[in-house]
Amino acid sequence: MNQVAVVGFAQYPNVPSAGTTSGVELLVPVFQEVLADLAMSKQDIDFWCSGSSDYLAGRAFSFVNAVDAIGAYPPIVESHVEMDAAWALYEAYVKLLTGEAETALVYGFGKSSAGQLRRILALQLDPYLHAPLWPDSVSVAALQARLGIEAGLYGERDMAEVAAASRAAARDNPKAQVSGVDSPDTLLKAPYVADPLRAHDCAPVTDGAAAVVLAAGDRARALRERPAWITGFAHRVDSPALGARDLTTVPSATAAAEAAGLRGDDVDVVELHAPFTHQQLLLTRALGLGESDGGGARINPSGGVLCGNPMFSAGLSRIGAAAEQVMSGRAGRAAAHATSGPALQQNLVCVLEGA
Amino acid sequence: MRRAAVLGTGQTEHRTRRTDVTMAGLCREAIDRALADADTDWSQIDAVVLGKAPDLFEGVMMPELFLADALGATGRPLLRVHTAGSVGGTTAIVASSLVRAGVHKRVLAIAFEKQSESNAMWALSIQPPFTMPVGAGAGGYFAPHIRSYIRRSGAPPHVGALVAVKDRRNGALNPHAHLRQPDITLESVQASPMLWDPIRYDETCPSSDGACAVVIGDQEAAEASARPVAWIRATAMRTEPTSFAGKDHVNPRAGYEAARALWHAAGITDPLSQIDAAEIYVPFSWFEPMWLENLGFAEPGQGWKLTEAGETRLDGLLPVNPSGGVMCSNPIGASGLLRFAEAAMQVMGRAGEHQVTGARTALGHAYGGGSQFFAMWVVGTTPA
Repeated sequence: MNQVAVVGFAQYPNVPSAGTTSGVELLVPVFQEVLADLAMSKQDIDFWCSGSSDYLAGRAFSFVNAVDAIGAYPPIVESHVEMDAAWALYEAYVKLLTGEAETALVYGFGKSSAGQLRRILALQLDPYLHAPLWPDSVSVAALQARLGIEAGLYGERDMAEVAAASRAAARDNPKAQVSGVDSPDTLLKAPYVADPLRAHDCAPVTDGAAAVVLAAGDRARALRERPAWITGFAHRVDSPALGARDLTTVPSATAAAEAAGLRGDDVDVVELHAPFTHQQLLLTRALGLGESDGGGARINPSGGVLCGNPMFSAGLSRIGAAAEQVMSGRAGRAAAHATSGPALQQNLVCVLEGA
Repeated sequence: MRRAAVLGTGQTEHRTRRTDVTMAGLCREAIDRALADADTDWSQIDAVVLGKAPDLFEGVMMPELFLADALGATGRPLLRVHTAGSVGGTTAIVASSLVRAGVHKRVLAIAFEKQSESNAMWALSIQPPFTMPVGAGAGGYFAPHIRSYIRRSGAPPHVGALVAVKDRRNGALNPHAHLRQPDITLESVQASPMLWDPIRYDETCPSSDGACAVVIGDQEAAEASARPVAWIRATAMRTEPTSFAGKDHVNPRAGYEAARALWHAAGITDPLSQIDAAEIYVPFSWFEPMWLENLGFAEPGQGWKLTEAGETRLDGLLPVNPSGGVMCSNPIGASGLLRFAEAAMQVMGRAGEHQVTGARTALGHAYGGGSQFFAMWVVGTTPA
């Protein structure tokens, strides 16, 4: 089986609104940056794969125009998932494992500012029974947050501490949308957005795009002095029936972590895709982080998606951020997580190592 | 490279409106048939890949999420593919990659479209910012390309009607087909209303509700199968932009290059003699001769001669769309997987009344967008 590594990562700044630009315009500078950093051209890419959503763009076939950002002529080998681009990275990883391609460029993009995100995401629910009631994404998350509090798993102060730590970490991330020094006491004085969630508990609405370059074997070694080798990669989905799931557990995240070989604290860094503070606490338990005595992994040194949540590229960016930690030598072993769907329904785990 | 094979296929009854089932019920109709055909069950399925065209066709954002239980995906890996009209083909290719990469042993590929849940014409007519509207619908978009083909090739005007008659009569042999018209004639097609000159009403595909599922297994699973399997000999995908200065809409370079890569990988040097049956994505009848050329079955400008000579009929040199094809059933997201599945059914000897006698090697083909996304595979009775 081929060894596959992340060798490059670039992202558009996390911004509340990219103005009048389309997905195509968000992607052009990202492609330029990620390819220039590796001294590659588009002809050096064997396989392209992207993640995006028509509903976010408010139109059918929104990914079609993104091909223009590539300049896909002569024709390219290309595929697309209607998911966060972390799953596009999985498809590309599999393609490299087959040996049909040696390099891949994976990208995600989305302009959440074009609509009302929390209402748009309600359309992910069962269209016959749930969606007609318009339970928006923040309200569904609030139900989950409340269940965790009542189960004694955490309190509102724990949630505020997650937000404060994320914002503090994001001060070193020039691409972050939100950062700063906030005390939990101050944060807890803010009003509820959807009880028990306050503004700091919810990821901001963000426009953005990201790209990751994968390479196999010797090609990866030639492109990057210290590639971030993918040593485990798995994803799972849970039932969509909110009333049938125990929303205080995340079985699909646990199963993905086990399949990917993520164990306890034996990673230096973890980038979690937790759009709500209580979800970071649920995921920390589900992934088994903090269970061993190994000193603890650094969680979300980028600030995570609480400091910038570009839909359909945020999960991919978690993998890119974790890979950067490995490629720079700041981490020996890192893990990244991505999520999709209401209340952490679908989850992906990628483990990366420097040697 | 590891080998992979189609172990079984299933499809729904395709109709204008399947009001008797939900989206979940529609998918399960195809999945249950595919699992039975593959002589397997849920305990042996490692992952699910779902493909469909735009979410606006049903009005559900990422419907694989709410369908997870019905798709048998809960607790398993679930991927959702979307590459426009080619998506059904891409779905099969992604599923086969998961097997050929050694990640999984058996993967379920499922594709569906329930167009009656929403309004496809509305979904395709939204005017996005920053994009010049075409305002023509699919038929209006493709009609100028067909006119250009006729002008370049000198094809006589009745070739499109010949394809329509052949496909609809083939569809009458296919119990799943949406349109089944055993009595259709050249005269009746030519008497049908002109929609987008030169495309007449009877030369267009229907709008269908339907689904298709395929179980793909590794070499061990294929060799353990008591029934014949369809070995996946090669796959190919290519993409180019919708429009640009050098675009050839009659003979797109992406389709041309995908076909050359496919034949090379499958070890096929003369597709016309080596392919026994072809399921080609023909939503408007004139696309049969156009794609015969793009795929390399005929030289540019010569494809219509194969059609006119009857060589693409069930008993011809190259039977094209023995199932009736997209001209008889068009659940858009599933149409590509139906082409791939029907090709597999031919080499497995399970195509029933539309079986091509002695088919050993078959082509499945799909395209999408503005003739810009191409996906195809070659399947055979033997691995190589």
